[in-house]
Amino acid sequence: MGNSTAVAELDSVGLVLDGRAILRNVSLQVFSGEVLAVVGPNGAGKSSILSVVAGDVPATSGTARLEGKDVGRYRPEEAARARSVLMQSNQVSFPFSVGEVVEMGRAPWARTPQFVDDNAAIAEALMQADVEALVDRRFNQLSGGERARVSLARVLAQRTPLVLLDEPTAALDLRHQEDVMVILRHLANQGRAVVVVLHDLSVAAGYADRVAMVVDGQIEAVGTAKEVIVAERVSRVYGVEVDIEQVGIPPRPVVLPRR
Amino acid sequence: MVVSRTVSAPAPRTRRLRLRSVVLSSSLGLVLIGAVIASAVTGQLSISPLDVLGSILKWGGIPTTFAPVDPIIEATLQVVRFPRIVMALTVGAALAVAGAVMQAVFGNPLAEPGVVGVSSGAALGASTAIVFGVSAGGGGVALLAFLGALGATLLVYAVARAGGRTEVVTLLLTGIAINAFAQAGLAFVLFLADTASREQIVFWQLGSLAGSVWSEVLIVLPVLILGTILAILMAGKLDLLSLGERNARHLGVDVEQLRIVAIVLVALLTGVAVAFAGIIAFVGLVVPHIIRMALGPSHRGLLIASAVGGGALLVIADLLTRTLVSGADLPIGMLTALVGGPFFFGLIYQQRRRSGGWA
Repeated sequence: MGNSTAVAELDSVGLVLDGRAILRNVSLQVFSGEVLAVVGPNGAGKSSILSVVAGDVPATSGTARLEGKDVGRYRPEEAARARSVLMQSNQVSFPFSVGEVVEMGRAPWARTPQFVDDNAAIAEALMQADVEALVDRRFNQLSGGERARVSLARVLAQRTPLVLLDEPTAALDLRHQEDVMVILRHLANQGRAVVVVLHDLSVAAGYADRVAMVVDGQIEAVGTAKEVIVAERVSRVYGVEVDIEQVGIPPRPVVLPRR
Repeated sequence: MVVSRTVSAPAPRTRRLRLRSVVLSSSLGLVLIGAVIASAVTGQLSISPLDVLGSILKWGGIPTTFAPVDPIIEATLQVVRFPRIVMALTVGAALAVAGAVMQAVFGNPLAEPGVVGVSSGAALGASTAIVFGVSAGGGGVALLAFLGALGATLLVYAVARAGGRTEVVTLLLTGIAINAFAQAGLAFVLFLADTASREQIVFWQLGSLAGSVWSEVLIVLPVLILGTILAILMAGKLDLLSLGERNARHLGVDVEQLRIVAIVLVALLTGVAVAFAGIIAFVGLVVPHIIRMALGPSHRGLLIASAVGGGALLVIADLLTRTLVSGADLPIGMLTALVGGPFFFGLIYQQRRRSGGWA
């Protein structure tokens, strides 16, 4: 992995919004074939990192690059073919059906050779996100968890080399949470780069190749789950006493707050 | 569960929708033709449908045996009724398309040029042009109406939106403020005006298609055609915009550019419509709403059907204004507000109930 070029890269990125420093000197690389989990306390700047990588907000200092090129220099449709983004909350203004919403994920590929993949991409995305049964329903009539899965399907249909997800599991029950993580794992195995913001450290540890812990707008630690998720650091960063056990094969850390 | 699968055939739903849109467009088209003929034959001088057909064909360069021989009939059709009908069609289509585009940009089905004060802004511009004699090569009224509409749209846009969406309450309150301001401006202009101008300004406030002439139609029609084509070209992006601004950007939409084009388009369509027909509210609200219920929210079909439906609606409304009270020409804006007001109320009620409050 060390020698391959990064799909996305933050180089000493600083972000100041309304005079408040949101990110400070953040450097991070994402490679194809890996799931990178971004974890950290509320308000640490996890979503802001995704926003900068996605090109939603320009970095105040430093540079964000996609495939070696400055994010700010991408045209919108060009960026949409390079990265897809799943945001935390997803609303749709008009009564579009689930099928239509997922189809919107193909919009960046209109008038390109990949246009022919549309039906296959949509069918696969619907199936992966387990929303085939909802196709004719209206998005606005769905439950929170169903909306989250449909939005995930939309992002999957976009079929980009880089996939950014902001807490995709937040509204989901246990089974769908595991399903989503398996899908992300599968995307990485296909050679895509996945950056996912997660709250649950054990979930991050269970599926991510690498974990980046963000605290106060800075990267506290990056590395394998075993390196990053250790009792001392988690206790200090979150201000809660925790025990960490290694579970499964290969062993992965599971965080247990002391109660 | 992660297995790729072969391409599926187009869903039955898509076919059903396509069929529905064909049925809807053809029935709308029939309603439109019926309304045009009914409107052309009805009036102080009653004219047979055959005469109408003959006159249209003759105008199109096709001489027929049933072209009207009576010069009075010919003149009534060509000078009075046809321009008025085409004006009604054009203004109705322009307002409906403007409404649909505005709703897409504001992410809210209640956004409408009349409700949020864009029409009032246009009327203020137009009346200012009259009172102060701004001619600008004959297009002064239309120009200032456009500028008034543009100013009002930008104002609502700047004030009422947050995160790519517009909350119902904020939108309506902004509309109240802008309408109040524009009405005050209108009152002031009215106060300054001489008697003749006053009459014209009152006409704007009530809305009327009486006295439409071809020279005016020839200003509104090209704007409508170009505007509608532009709107249809943007339809796919407007669909994406309903996911919210950030999501639309993630899917490759240049949101800033789309917003600017859409706002100018709304102002242009509303501006020319108001300049020549006055404030005709609720067309842009009612028509897209009904079409959305029938066809779904996808903007391509919505815009096309709204243009046809808006045209048909105003031709029928105009016919009613001429026939409801014999010998009198009711203001059309009053009529559309009488019907549209309760409709609007129903929509607010429905939306409020659905979101469990003013969300």
